[in-house]
Amino acid sequence: MPRASTRRLVAGRGRYVDDIPAKGEVYAAFLRSPHAHAAFEVVNISAAAAIPGVVRVLTAENIDPVCPPWKCVLRNAPDLQSPEQRPLARRQAVFQGEPIALVVAQSRAIAEDALELIEVEWSERPAAISLEAAAMPDAVPAHENLKSNICWRFEHRSGDPDKAFADAEHVVLRRLVFARKTGVPLEPRGILASYDPSTNGLIVHVSHQMPHQFQLHLAELLGMSPLDVRVICSDIGGAFGIKMHIYPEEVAVCAASRILGRPVKFIADRVESLSSDVHAREHIVEARMAVNTSGMITAIDVDDIQGLGAYSVYPRSSTAEAMSALRAVGGPYRFDNYHALLRSVLQNKVMTGQYRSVGHPVAAAITEALVEDAAAVRGEDSIVFRQRNFLPTEAMPWVSPMGARMIDLSHHACLERMLTLVDYPRLRQEIDTWRQEGRIVGLGLASFVEFTATGAEAYGRAHVPVSSLDGVMLTMEPTGEVRAQCSASEIGQGIQQGLAQIIADAVGVRADKVRVALGDTAASPHGGGAWSSRGAAITGEVAWTAGRKLRNELLNVAAAMLQTTATSLDLRDGRILAADTGAERIAIGDVARTVIFHPYDLPAGTNAQMSVSHTWGRDADPFLPTNGVQASLVEIDPISGLVRPLRHWVVEDCGRIINPLLVDEQIRGGVVQGIGEALYEICRYTEDGQYGSGTLADYLLPMAADMPDIVVAHVETPYSGSQLGAKGAGEAGTCGAPAAVLNAVNDALRPFGGRIDAMPISPVDVLRALGKLPAKAGA
Amino acid sequence: MMASDEPTAEISCTVNGQPVRAHVPVRQSLVDFVRHGLGLTGSHVGCEHGVCGACHAVVDGRVVRGCLMLAVQVDGRTVTTIETDQPTAQMRALQDAFFERAALQCGFCTPGMILQASELLTRTAAPTRAEIRDALSGNYCRCTGYHAIVDAVETAAARLRDKAAA
Ligand code: FES
Ligand code: FES
Repeated sequence: MPRASTRRLVAGRGRYVDDIPAKGEVYAAFLRSPHAHAAFEVVNISAAAAIPGVVRVLTAENIDPVCPPWKCVLRNAPDLQSPEQRPLARRQAVFQGEPIALVVAQSRAIAEDALELIEVEWSERPAAISLEAAAMPDAVPAHENLKSNICWRFEHRSGDPDKAFADAEHVVLRRLVFARKTGVPLEPRGILASYDPSTNGLIVHVSHQMPHQFQLHLAELLGMSPLDVRVICSDIGGAFGIKMHIYPEEVAVCAASRILGRPVKFIADRVESLSSDVHAREHIVEARMAVNTSGMITAIDVDDIQGLGAYSVYPRSSTAEAMSALRAVGGPYRFDNYHALLRSVLQNKVMTGQYRSVGHPVAAAITEALVEDAAAVRGEDSIVFRQRNFLPTEAMPWVSPMGARMIDLSHHACLERMLTLVDYPRLRQEIDTWRQEGRIVGLGLASFVEFTATGAEAYGRAHVPVSSLDGVMLTMEPTGEVRAQCSASEIGQGIQQGLAQIIADAVGVRADKVRVALGDTAASPHGGGAWSSRGAAITGEVAWTAGRKLRNELLNVAAAMLQTTATSLDLRDGRILAADTGAERIAIGDVARTVIFHPYDLPAGTNAQMSVSHTWGRDADPFLPTNGVQASLVEIDPISGLVRPLRHWVVEDCGRIINPLLVDEQIRGGVVQGIGEALYEICRYTEDGQYGSGTLADYLLPMAADMPDIVVAHVETPYSGSQLGAKGAGEAGTCGAPAAVLNAVNDALRPFGGRIDAMPISPVDVLRALGKLPAKAGA
Repeated sequence: MMASDEPTAEISCTVNGQPVRAHVPVRQSLVDFVRHGLGLTGSHVGCEHGVCGACHAVVDGRVVRGCLMLAVQVDGRTVTTIETDQPTAQMRALQDAFFERAALQCGFCTPGMILQASELLTRTAAPTRAEIRDALSGNYCRCTGYHAIVDAVETAAARLRDKAAA
């Protein structure tokens, strides 16, 4: 079923932040540090302030009194050391692009003119840039007085990995280097903050994934009551995790509106987005896998060095990405011994943070690379190796070495389905034929587990106020239509439609009779918003229960009106029917109208409620595991070294599917972001920390002409802990695609004896692997 | 709002069938003019450097990048945006097909995609999937992965051909 709300969007009637005006609004532009690491003093703002049309020039001097600094703190990780961060940096800039001053003017263009006239004295400091260098004990510190750039060190051991490795028949080892990338939602970050001094009220329109979380933090930082801060997230032009953090710019704009007592708008331009949105996936991972004589995986050992940038991102932490990766390593397989070591490293670069499929693609890539290697040393097809090592259905529930409860997964079934889908033996033959014709072609598979719909414990135990609960309020209109107010957020994934369908089914009305409002803190209870593919699994479950409550209420009132019992009635398509004959008794609109306009007609004591609400969050299972298999067919151009994805397949098990049309498109979109991760996308910094990927000409995104058609199929294993059985689907595409593409490229390169161990896969590395360019010095 | 000494120029043009006269800052881009001067916010700003295609508008029948053209350059010309109340048959067919096929998620790229695809269908009645992909390669979509967009353009093309044959 298509999404009703997209009628507006195809007509160009969307309302993204920059489309929303406020009377008297003025526009903000930021002066940003040109240096990766420097001390500075803003020495003169008078020339900037004197430009006609400039309303105010603000620095930390002005902002600090209305907004304290913040700092990422995780109570359950007390050793995590991240420095304080401010809306505008004060005397020290720690990454290129860090905001240090703010001009508010009658137009953005004038504000930008004024930026050039702000006088700043800079004194550059050495910068910690490359991950390897920043992680060294004697590294240049990323902040003055920092003893070590290691912000967080984590080690986990379960079973006896040392013994397992000592006893192993084969040990395979891989070192994979993952470059920074970012999410690039097509709508950049943006905010319109309108402070009204007469009521001390702040209304914020913002392109953000979780209005309630944003509201809470803003209120705290600005010393206000959340009741005085209303956050509205109308249409969001893509988010992908990028818009779930507290960024200095957004807070500074709210502070500026408070100082000026008028609406202030800031819309990041693309250069600002690429250089100040969180980056992600900067990892150097060394991993080993131990395999015994029967070809069973006995142990995995992972050493992950993760780049954090200048701060651990507020409030959820940058380290969450690596922790997520370590949890997902070896996901589809049963193995008992595990050792994981993580070092998360501060650098003079923009923060890294949660981006679509947080950490999982790193885990899938390293795991599936090791699986290929292990199968190769055993001289068997990796499919056989996977099948032998998959966690069997009958062994579930099973607790993984990192403590994740593995339930309701379907590894064998998904792989079976995939082999049929790609017509495996024929495809292998075809590849052989192509190879004989001189084409460089490869097929890669990746099985994966993705943890979705994060529950309360993940952030709760860290004392980070992140709601994993959602609230849904339903109101029966006198027309027989249902108004729903939900704490989920629509960011393009289609949850608004999904919830309408769930509520419609639960109540017994048509989906077009349900109107779902989202994304406004004034219109719904506190709740989670959009993150961790949680909409269907959590908000959907809440919506179902709320819908059943409303249905029961309607049946009870109708029974009272009809002098019968609720159990002898049914509710379908907006009509109350006799349960036995199906004969229509009364329309729900008539029930609602009686309650609202003619309550005196109801039997005494009916106490009819035409609105109900329900709140729920899962306390069992901190994460809902999902699983799937992806396959990628690629061809390499021998002259340029460019990799072309020819075809891509996904078999996904995200539990019960509410809207197949929307789920498939979520998966396809995710796959293409994963292909981008594998082949093109990189945030480059020079050695001295100058950012080099600031335009879409430098930061390459997948384009229509380069992308393959994507075949999507499903295995449905409902989550056994809920009524609907839905799990997360929105990030699965991104989770497995890089691993599948990497394996495909390495399959294509195998006849040449070369191999790629870095993402994105650069044409130069491919040519080296083909032996067409000399190997890297030292490699 | 404009500051008093911002250099401006007067232009007159036709926008979505209506005559428009306006004072515009000489440095203002076409997309900023239609968005902020005229309130036609269906053309979006995704990059401001001519790569993403979100800012498309149609000037004298040709799709242009609204971020690369200045407002003063449309003086005396005809501008059409996604909001036009007289969409072409191609636009209408594409809007329906995009809606039905879920060929959009956040919708930020969609107006640009539809205008660009509409130009393709005006030129080529029965484009192949590869031709559709090529024609849309100046339009970035970060959400859909393009597959559904290609499907939707194929469907719209087929419907338009059916209509023409009827
Ligand atoms: S905004 Fe014009 S091409 Fe991107
Ligand atoms: S639908 Fe979001 S960018 Fe295309």
